[in-house]
Amino acid sequence: MAVVEIRGIRKYFDKVKAVDGIDLSIKKGEFLVILGPSGCGKTTLMRMIAGLERPTAGEIVIGDRVVNDLPPRARQIAMVFQSYALYPHMTVFNNIAFPLKAQKVPKRAMQEKVEWAASMLAIAQLLDRKPRQLSGGERQRVALARALVKEPTVLLLDEPLSNLDAKLRASARDELQRFQRHLGITTIFVTHDQVEAMGLGDRIVVMSGGKVRQIGTPQEVYHDSADTFVATFLGSPGMNLVERDNFLVGFRPEQFIPKEATKSQDNLKSLPFKVNRVEYLGAEQLVYGVIEGTIDDDSLILAKLSSELTLRIEVGQCYDFVVQQQQLRFFDKSTGQRIEPRPF
Amino acid sequence: MQETAATDVARSRDTSFHQHLTDREGVLGTLFLLPAILYIAVLVGIPFFLAIAFSMTDVTVGNTSLDFVGLENFRRIIRTPQFQRALINAFLFTLISQVIIIILANVLAVVLSQEFRGKWLARTLIILPWATPIALGTIGWLWFLDSKFSPIDWILQNVGLLGPGTLLGPGRHLNFLGREWLAMASVMTVYVWRLLPLSTVILMAGLTSIPEDLVDQGQVDGASFWRIHFQIKIPLVLPILYIALLFGLILTFGDMVVVFVLTRGGPVYYTQVLATWAYFKGIEGGSLAEGAAIALFLFPLLLAVAILILRTARRMEVT
Amino acid sequence: MAKFKRGLIRLLIYGVVLAFCLFSAFPFLVMLINTFKQDSDLYRPQNNPFIYNAPPTLDHLRLLFLETNYTKFLWNSFFVGVLVVIITLVVTIPAAYSLARLVGHWGERAGISMFLIYLVPPTLLFIPLFRMVVAFGLNDSVWSLVLVYPTISIPFSTWLLMGFFKSIPRDLEEAAMVDGYSRFMAFVKVIMPLSLSGVIAVVVFTFTLTLHEFIYALAFISSSDQRTISVGVPIELIRGDVFFWQSLLAAAVIVAIPVSIVYSLFLDRLIAGFTAGAVKG
Repeated sequence: MAVVEIRGIRKYFDKVKAVDGIDLSIKKGEFLVILGPSGCGKTTLMRMIAGLERPTAGEIVIGDRVVNDLPPRARQIAMVFQSYALYPHMTVFNNIAFPLKAQKVPKRAMQEKVEWAASMLAIAQLLDRKPRQLSGGERQRVALARALVKEPTVLLLDEPLSNLDAKLRASARDELQRFQRHLGITTIFVTHDQVEAMGLGDRIVVMSGGKVRQIGTPQEVYHDSADTFVATFLGSPGMNLVERDNFLVGFRPEQFIPKEATKSQDNLKSLPFKVNRVEYLGAEQLVYGVIEGTIDDDSLILAKLSSELTLRIEVGQCYDFVVQQQQLRFFDKSTGQRIEPRPF
Repeated sequence: MQETAATDVARSRDTSFHQHLTDREGVLGTLFLLPAILYIAVLVGIPFFLAIAFSMTDVTVGNTSLDFVGLENFRRIIRTPQFQRALINAFLFTLISQVIIIILANVLAVVLSQEFRGKWLARTLIILPWATPIALGTIGWLWFLDSKFSPIDWILQNVGLLGPGTLLGPGRHLNFLGREWLAMASVMTVYVWRLLPLSTVILMAGLTSIPEDLVDQGQVDGASFWRIHFQIKIPLVLPILYIALLFGLILTFGDMVVVFVLTRGGPVYYTQVLATWAYFKGIEGGSLAEGAAIALFLFPLLLAVAILILRTARRMEVT
Repeated sequence: MAKFKRGLIRLLIYGVVLAFCLFSAFPFLVMLINTFKQDSDLYRPQNNPFIYNAPPTLDHLRLLFLETNYTKFLWNSFFVGVLVVIITLVVTIPAAYSLARLVGHWGERAGISMFLIYLVPPTLLFIPLFRMVVAFGLNDSVWSLVLVYPTISIPFSTWLLMGFFKSIPRDLEEAAMVDGYSRFMAFVKVIMPLSLSGVIAVVVFTFTLTLHEFIYALAFISSSDQRTISVGVPIELIRGDVFFWQSLLAAAVIVAIPVSIVYSLFLDRLIAGFTAGAVKG
């Protein structure tokens, strides 16, 4: 059952096409991630769902109603901004209670709900403080509590983790996901961080230039990327692309390993790989180099190897690296779209 | 500029010394500050103390001799009904006009932040009262409120509200400046008219500094326009509102021109304020000492109000 | 339904704006019309004040420009205004910078004291100042005003610019100093260009002050050709009991309209400058 439907949504700012034709259907209880680089239109899309921008064309449907003409407060949504937007002059309690006050909820019910939201996010002891007295992580929880307290149909999150320290981000991600599963609330999460997207989303919508490139589960967008943009955007590092005749061949760095390290010897494509640089990252090493020989391509190729590998990789040497045939992906050279496998 | 002259000279002598001078923050800081401090010390500080001195002597316009009389002047003026009226009026006019201005400035600032056609023209028209020299604008009101030729009278007559047998009385003219309460109201109206643009500009400055996010969040949280305005925006611009209020208070309380031009303190002395009374007593009345004494009442009051407001505004800094 | 409500709000906004415009500008409308009214038309209370019952005339403008020192007054005000603005900027910009960056903790207190000095009313100071002006030999000359007006503009402008400078991140100057500039040059090359809004705010306020100031101009100057608009117009055009109304009103309108247009053009900058200076400072 679709809770949110987006039909043919466009947003043009004079000549700039921020969002250029998007169709999307979000199921109840789903955690949907909208992923893309800065300027791809993801925040504009979210703002249109929230009602902070009016679409130039198209319809937005929330829970069976077309909401294009409705202001944010009539849409049964809650939103957490990247900056958290906590009201600096109000206490944490009043911040969380604010949506309830707007709905004229009676005092006792309001008290209960605020305490419920606060204890769910483990901030009950902070209710008397002001935002400037809180840490980044605490502020984020207050913002979430405020969003949840009115039990919205849809929860919108605009890069809520990007202001946190790197270490904090991982645990915040974990909490957020458990939280969402527990409450079963339909969530739309916008981010530019593909690791976050992969870790959190039930489905990922990959956007670029105002258009949707692919919608799918993390597995689908990673292993069955629809075009070169998705293939290179996802993965750290992204997919390697090699030009050949009139098409592109792609393989992921972790799939590109030395011949000596493979167990089976069938269905392998072997490529001579000259190493320029090795980056030791602890558990892994990133090997930078170029493909030699018949393939006339100077692009930088990366291989991601475990540091546990017995074989020592030396700079300046040439090795036989292999990829499994079924792992190769083929893309059209001009459009970037995925095409059928062919001899290579 | 003194500092460039000094550094130019220094440069011609020794480049390393020049480097040092423009880098030594202590020296630079003091040099930068010096002209301002000198200016104020000589042209504000000295006259200020002189004024205090005058108020305690018997100096007049005529004779230049100074005899110390202590607080005699103060004692004398406090007892006069004109002074008492002037003091009351100063407070009354200032407070009432400021309250009205703050309310109207709020409305105007909200309206002017919206987009609409002809906004530029509207802004120019609304700024007109502030752009006119006070004396000249007040002269305009002198005509507007004239006892014989006022256009307001004319409109009211033709609408049937003024004249024999009508609501506003048998007379054909309201005589705005000749009747006690009307004259006071007129003075206050001119104050409001003149200062509304300034307070609005200050308030708009405050409103534009509120982060967009907070307003968006308010909308998403379900607040209506007015709730956002009163529960989010106003508390955040309260420090600015206080500053606007402070400016208004200062400019109105110490104002001399409007009353001087509009009513000369009349009818009788019913619209006299401290500043005009000080002028009349001191210059036209000839008693410089008394004039100074009256004017001295202005300062402590203004100081107290200013300190109060600045302290409150500081305490309200939320970010 | 939403469209109807939006339309209603639009109407309300226009209505409110109209009301305020009328309140502010109506006296000027009357003044403008009266400028060209003949005496016989103007001095008849029963005549409609908003139309020309007798043909409009340029006589009063002629009187204003040719038979009084009005043009001289305009020039004097402009002259004094420009000089006072220059003096104010020259003195205030370094002082504000010093208070914002160079003198540490007591800079804040000094800034507030500056503001408080602004509160000392001219009505108090003008008598002793008059004596001082005479002592300097500037009596009865525009130069007395050039000397004295900065005492009003400097305290306020210093406070405003101080707040403004404080709102510029220190990083920028520090980067400039690392790049090879001295403190002073960092100020010139980095801070000054960024301060346009603040400077505009100071210029507008100072110029306004010069145009409006009345007491000092009244007290220090007695020769007609040295007077500024603010005092010259009332004195010259009100002779005893006789008011030369049309010329008086014309005098007001002629100054007000261009100034208002200029302020309106700079309003956004002015607000930005004031915001940074008074709000965030």
